[in-house]
Amino acid sequence: MSLLNVSRRSFLQGTAAGLVAGATGIRSAAAADVTIGIVYVGPRDDFGWNQAHATAVKALKTLSGVKAVEEENVPETDACAKSMESMVNLDSANIVLGTSFGYFDPFMVNLAKKYSKVEFRHAAPLWSADKHPKNLGSYFGYLNQGHYVDGIAAGLSTKSNKLGFVAAKPISSVLSNINSFMLGAKKVNPNAVVQVIFTGDWSLPVREAEAVNALVDAGCDVITCHVDGPKVVIETAEKRGAKTCGHNASQAPLAPKGFITGAEYKWETFYKAYATALGKGEPLPNMLAGGYEADMVQNSPFGAGATEAAKAAATTAIADLKAKKPIYVGPLKDNKGKVVITKTYDNLDPFLDQMDYLLEGVVGSIT
Amino acid sequence: MADIAEPMAPPMVAASEWRGDLSIRIRRGAEYVAIPLFALVVSAILFSLFLLALGKSPIQFFQLVHQGGFGTAFSIQNTLQRAAPLILTALAVAIPARIGLVMIGGEGALVVGGFASAAIAIPLVTGKASPMVALIIMAIAGMIFGALWVGIAGFLRYARGVNETISSLLLTYIGIATMNFFVEGALRDLTNPNKPSTMPIGDAYMVGKIPGTDVHWGLAIGVLLAIVLHILMSRTTFGFAVRVTGGNARAALAQGIPVGKLIVICCLIAGACAGLAGFYEVAAIQGRANASLVAGYGFTGILVAFLARHNAIAIIPVAIMFGGLVASGGLVQRRMDLPDATVLVLQGLTFVVLLVSETLYGRFKIFQPPITADRT
Repeated sequence: MSLLNVSRRSFLQGTAAGLVAGATGIRSAAAADVTIGIVYVGPRDDFGWNQAHATAVKALKTLSGVKAVEEENVPETDACAKSMESMVNLDSANIVLGTSFGYFDPFMVNLAKKYSKVEFRHAAPLWSADKHPKNLGSYFGYLNQGHYVDGIAAGLSTKSNKLGFVAAKPISSVLSNINSFMLGAKKVNPNAVVQVIFTGDWSLPVREAEAVNALVDAGCDVITCHVDGPKVVIETAEKRGAKTCGHNASQAPLAPKGFITGAEYKWETFYKAYATALGKGEPLPNMLAGGYEADMVQNSPFGAGATEAAKAAATTAIADLKAKKPIYVGPLKDNKGKVVITKTYDNLDPFLDQMDYLLEGVVGSIT
Repeated sequence: MADIAEPMAPPMVAASEWRGDLSIRIRRGAEYVAIPLFALVVSAILFSLFLLALGKSPIQFFQLVHQGGFGTAFSIQNTLQRAAPLILTALAVAIPARIGLVMIGGEGALVVGGFASAAIAIPLVTGKASPMVALIIMAIAGMIFGALWVGIAGFLRYARGVNETISSLLLTYIGIATMNFFVEGALRDLTNPNKPSTMPIGDAYMVGKIPGTDVHWGLAIGVLLAIVLHILMSRTTFGFAVRVTGGNARAALAQGIPVGKLIVICCLIAGACAGLAGFYEVAAIQGRANASLVAGYGFTGILVAFLARHNAIAIIPVAIMFGGLVASGGLVQRRMDLPDATVLVLQGLTFVVLLVSETLYGRFKIFQPPITADRT
């Protein structure tokens, strides 16, 4: 009887020890794992900004040891702070990514102060070393390089030499995309002009459709845009028989006949860099930004609208950008005749982030 | 709207008699709890079928709703914080509803009120006024402008017979556009080049949190206002006149009740509630006015008010339930890999089932006062 007891006890002890070992084993494996939380302001399938991020997160989920948790349609109020906090508290997120402009101040700034062991990164160049916590940071891509490639492909795909650009607001990042698109087109087709219409806000689908119709009526046969969700612009242009270049994410499925290529972010590069650094326990950069030279932007695969010449020239242009060949070769005049760029600037030069003009070759006004 | 307002006492029972009879009051009260609960259970069952059709586990869903909305101290605060603006914006719908108006302009009043608070804060902050004084002035400004916004719709209804539902909805867009006009123009803070906003009021001027929690004072004020307005509507001559008008405006007019005046007053109260929500959004959360004020609280408030059957007290638990659903919605998205719209489906189902359940009132004998010989 006692013998039996002992053996049963030792059996139980052995089992318990095994369980403990197993449990701690699992725990230490979990500690090396990385959980990334990401918050979107709109739906994940918007054919635009949010989808570009969601596509990258999908790629991230295929990495071993990386878990990603996502939340969509989160407004820019304290709801976003609570969603992020919930990711930290309930999902043990090691890093939280905020992808909408208004999440940063005050919400992510305050969260970074409250959770000093969690990393926070925000997708717009707002972080500054002297104002903000060290576990907070910014990341963004120079999408104008993608628009430059778009311009080259568009310049060789147009017949009327008139290219249309539907833009949201005349702020520097938008102006930089318009100017880069025009410089690309002009480089391969000196007769090309870019006509721009500003809608006034990031998401005004009705006005965007009207703008496309107006541009096509004015003779433009290639349309591109910088608005939050390019879906309406691309679909309207396709319906009108115009070719299209995309923005933010791939809109190729929306325009089976006229899609040329599109400027896309490659958020995958950023997110994999964060996941790798966190997995190794290395510090994360506070500022992470770049263009083709850092594999942080890309162009959508060529669609049916791209001519062979356009494909060849665009591919060369991408290689040039990877080799850091400059887009802005001075001197350049604005479209009122004043010299605004006196010399040649490096593609990442901060001077180009301060753009408040449309260059010669762009038809339109920012006022 | 009259069919949703609280039914009058059954005519065969003299008011003084049944008011004194506790068992009858309990029966009536039980009806108001049992039928909505039944409706909630039915919508939960329907929603479970929806989840099963998607191949997801309903049990996991409701566990996550519990965990994300109510399960931990953090979750409860998350829920309460999301409920805070909803109580105020639901009051903005419920009060006009009692007088028979379907007023859905809470979003506009919130935005205009919040913007007014932020705008009036600029001279106060630059003039270094004491924070307490500044906040009180900001709150009053928010309430006045919010009141004005819904008041316009009420006045148009009273003076010109304009449909208040349409006018209040359209006024919302005018309100948002007006704010954008000033925020992108005259009142723009030029130190913030990328997102047009008014000047930040600064930490010293922000409304604090309720001690020991992460929830701002807007929640406490919302609860207090709900109680005060409930008393106003159910225990005063004013409230009685409002309910009579809501029941039958012509009869009220014939009785000499100043219907037009009451309509405008109800709208002013409603707008002030939404304007106050805007004030808290600026003074407790954003610290400035910008496009982020347009977060949809005004529209969610409509749903909350209807679910609460325009009863100011019932708004409190309904808003908390909604806050919990939204708070846990994030966790549901993350853990079950479901789109955000899932929670909207549940909200929609609940809304429809609750509206259908309206027809059940008065149909169950158990809730009815026993009609005995001495009472008739």
